[in-house]
Parts: sequence; C-alpha cells; structure tokens
Amino acid sequence: MKRVYVNEKWCLACHLCEYYCAFAGTGEKDMARALKGIRINPRIKIEEKDDISFAVSCRHCKEPLCVKGCITGALTVSDGVVTINSDKCIGCFTCILCCPYGAISYADDKTVLKCELCIRTADRTPACVKGCPNGAIVFEERG
Amino acid sequence: MRVVKYVIIGNSAAGIGAVEKIRQLDKSGEITIISSEPHHTYSRPLISYLLQGKTDKQRMKYRDDDFYKRNKCTFLAGKTVTRICPDNKYVELDDKKTIPYDKLLVAAGSSAFVPPIEGLDTVKDKFTFMSLDDARKLQASLGKEKKVLILGAGLIGLKCAEGILDKVKEITVVDLAPRILSSILDDEGARIVQDHLERKGMKFILSSGVKTFDGNTAILDNGASVDFDILVIAVGVRPNTKLLAGIADIDKGIIINDRCETSAKDIYAAGDCTQSVDVSTGQSKIMALLPNAYMQGECAGANMAGADMSFAKAIPMNAIGFFGLHIITAGSYYGDVYTDKKDGGYKKLFYGSDRLNGYILIKNVDKAGIYTSLIRERTPLSSIDFSLICERPGLMAFTKEERVRKLGGADL
Repeated sequence: MKRVYVNEKWCLACHLCEYYCAFAGTGEKDMARALKGIRINPRIKIEEKDDISFAVSCRHCKEPLCVKGCITGALTVSDGVVTINSDKCIGCFTCILCCPYGAISYADDKTVLKCELCIRTADRTPACVKGCPNGAIVFEERG
Repeated sequence: MRVVKYVIIGNSAAGIGAVEKIRQLDKSGEITIISSEPHHTYSRPLISYLLQGKTDKQRMKYRDDDFYKRNKCTFLAGKTVTRICPDNKYVELDDKKTIPYDKLLVAAGSSAFVPPIEGLDTVKDKFTFMSLDDARKLQASLGKEKKVLILGAGLIGLKCAEGILDKVKEITVVDLAPRILSSILDDEGARIVQDHLERKGMKFILSSGVKTFDGNTAILDNGASVDFDILVIAVGVRPNTKLLAGIADIDKGIIINDRCETSAKDIYAAGDCTQSVDVSTGQSKIMALLPNAYMQGECAGANMAGADMSFAKAIPMNAIGFFGLHIITAGSYYGDVYTDKKDGGYKKLFYGSDRLNGYILIKNVDKAGIYTSLIRERTPLSSIDFSLICERPGLMAFTKEERVRKLGGADL
C-alpha cells in the first residue's frame, strides 16, 4: 500500500506541508484566502531543532495501537488507511496516549485529528506530498 | 480440515478483539459470542458521555451494526454462562442449554464492588456505574432537585460525576484515599484536578469513609453526616473470575501468560477479568483498561486460531478528561522525577536504571504516546536525547537512524 514517507535530508522546515494539509478539504480555491487569519490544525506537523527538521504524520501502521486502543470504535482501518469517524469520537485522547509517533493531535472541537492520506479528497494524492517544494515528503509503495 | 468451534464469553473489547483476530485467521471456524447483557457491543467507558448527552445509543456502539453478521458469528445476547465443563469441553447457559467448544475465551470483565456498609439496605436510590443498564437506571432517577453522594473518587466515580453534574442539585464525592484519582495521580497532580472539579461545583470529602447509612443520610467515620437523594457506589471493581474457579489458576484475577492462556488447556482469558505482567514493574497485576483488553483479546484470538502471538507489553495507562482538562498517565511512578509545571500544565516523568517507568501529564498531553512507547518498549534512555524528550516528546530525541526507520517505514 502507498504511504507517506519523509526524508529529513530534504526538509526545508518551510511548513508548507502543514498549510497544504490544513487547506485540503476546505473546498476553497485559494489557499492564502482560505487560511488567512485562522489558526490551522494540520494533520502533519514539522518537528525542528537546530538544523534538523522533518514532517510527522500518521504512519498507517500495520498493527495500529491507536485503533486497537480506541475506546469508541471511532478509529478503524479501511483498505489499510487508519481513519477517524469524528461523529463517534468523544475526544478521550486514548489514541494520543497510544500512538508511538505522536501523530495524532486535536483541535478545539475536541475530536482528534489525524492524517487519512487525503482519501476523502478528489485526486487521492496527499496534499502535503503535492505541496512539498523539495520532495522531502513522498507517497509511495515500500516493502 | 475440521471446523473449529470457538466460544467467547464476553462481548466487550477483549471479546471483540478475539472475534476480529480469529476471523482474520480462520474464515470457516464457528464463533459463538455470549453476553449476559442484551445489547449490541458497546463502549463501556462511554456511559458517562451518554448521561452527559455527548453520545447516544447508536454512536456508542463499539462496532458497526453488521459486526456479528460480517464476522459470521453467533451472538447469544442476554445469556449468562453458569458453568464451564473443561473435561467435556462445553459451557452451560442459564437456560441450561450447552454449547461445545474446542477453544474457549473467558473475557467476562469485572463487576462493581459493593462494600458491606451497615445500613446500605436502607438506601432506596442506589446505583453502581459499570454498564449501559446501570447508566439508564441512574439517568431515570436524576433531577435538578436531587443531591448525589458518590462513594469513590476514582476514574468511574468522577466520570459519573462529570456526566451528571449539570443534571442534579449537587454532588459530594467521598473517598477513603487522601486524594482523588489515587490510582493514576500523585498528590500534586490530584490537587490540580480536584481544584478544577471544585471550581465546576463538585464537593469532596477525602480520607473518609461511610460508616453507616440511615435511609438518605450517610454517617462518615469522622462523625459528620451527608444527606443525599441518590447514592452511586464506585469504590472499585472486582474481576469476574468465578467461572474458572477450580479450573484454572486465579490470584486476584485469572492468571494468564503472554499468549493469554490460562493454566487450563484450551481455555484463554483476556481483559478486565485477568491479571498479567506489568512491564513497567515486572509484577503481575490487574490492568483493567480497554486498550489492554482489546490487545489481549486479539492475542488470545490469534492463538486460539492456531497462530503464535504474544502480548507482553501490558502497562497501566489512562487517558481521561474532565470538563476539558485532559489527563494522560502511564506506567508506574518510581525512580527519579522530572517535573515541569510551565503554562499551567503539569508533567512528571519517573525514570531510573536507564528506563522510563511512568509519567503523568495534565493539560498539555501532546504526543504523550511517545512517552508511552518508551515505557512499553523499555527503550534505554541512553539511546535517545533524554533531556530533550523530557522537555517535549518528539521523534527528534531519537537517533537519526531511528528516525529514518520510523519515518521511512521500516518499523511498520
């Protein structure tokens, strides 16, 4: 299955992936206009320190601890993609307790946020991958 | 090949985990899942959210409506197993019907412990808070003019309190322990959460127990009295072990090994009715928590279906919140302590002998799972940038090689 992989060597710490992620699914045409003045809640986040940076998003683990630990059944695996049913999620954060990558976050509406590989958008290529200007985030099949 | 008969006692996380795993590995085996409760599998921890109005009967289903059909299993709802016959390999139900098994899983959960307090029988409106039916009964008795006394300031008692606070006149919580949430918080952390709950209007009487009840009055052991209309008993739970009494080894819970096998042949156990090794201390104990229950059920299911799976990474762990204040804890609290209280949050990391043993996070719980994994995996702290990870959990604290593995997919 194709997943998002990150090569920290190429990451510029430009944070564009975060903006493209937040923009994906808004239905707007212009990113700058769509995100102007709002606090974004991207599902991919840059970690940076000194001259090292890299993006972290859901790994879509084959044995996902978040899904196994989910107390409501809101997290499920669908064709290999770990997806969240926000209608069922009650924001207990057990998935945040379980995820070894720190890849699940939350916004003000109390339900959790996580990468779903843009499966709900039109062209099914993750927006972070398309938006990365330096090829540091790729979407491909690996072992 | 002969069709294997799987029988699962219990319809919550552990039982469901077993069904999902068995069906993944064995498409033709016959699975029977038996539940004393008459309901489709539901998330037990959601009963407080149900009272709060944050979920409903449909959304609190732990799996979709077609779960049993999709997994081709026979669901016996509202039937209670009264006896296991390990010699002839069958279970007997309360209607005297018998069901044969080749592989049996006991995932019978736990029950509310009701302490034998003098005069308890004189209390009219008293409830426990473990099941959907408990929640509905309690819900039916709530009212804006009612005063509620909750015995027990643990996870169950306080979630119940949160769920009903704005539906009653007042809530008083009494606990023998000197602090609230004593199983997951230290004194200082408990104080923060207690202050928060008091600001929301709850009252606490700690280091106190109820000596006697007299109708709608509780007399405490310090002589004080508390008047109430509704009593909720949430002092603790006890594992449901009695089906295996005399059949398998039982300590406090049913003893299982890493394969979730009991000491009895072809009988497995998982979830709240069991005790197993806590890898953060190496001691065997009861860890009645939903994620562990699911993973034990899954492990049992795999082994019942002939695979070889091990679940040896159980640790105590909890994510819980009250009125927007989030708390995440895991592991055991011993060793040296790193403390951080900036921005009104509270973080304590407990470590020693090059390992993280446990942690408490209140308010800022971002990326808590990275700490959890250090405990579960017993990661040598010398292999990571420990001072960085103390400050903020992240993959940055791992070596470059390790990051490449994690983000490049080698660990999946």
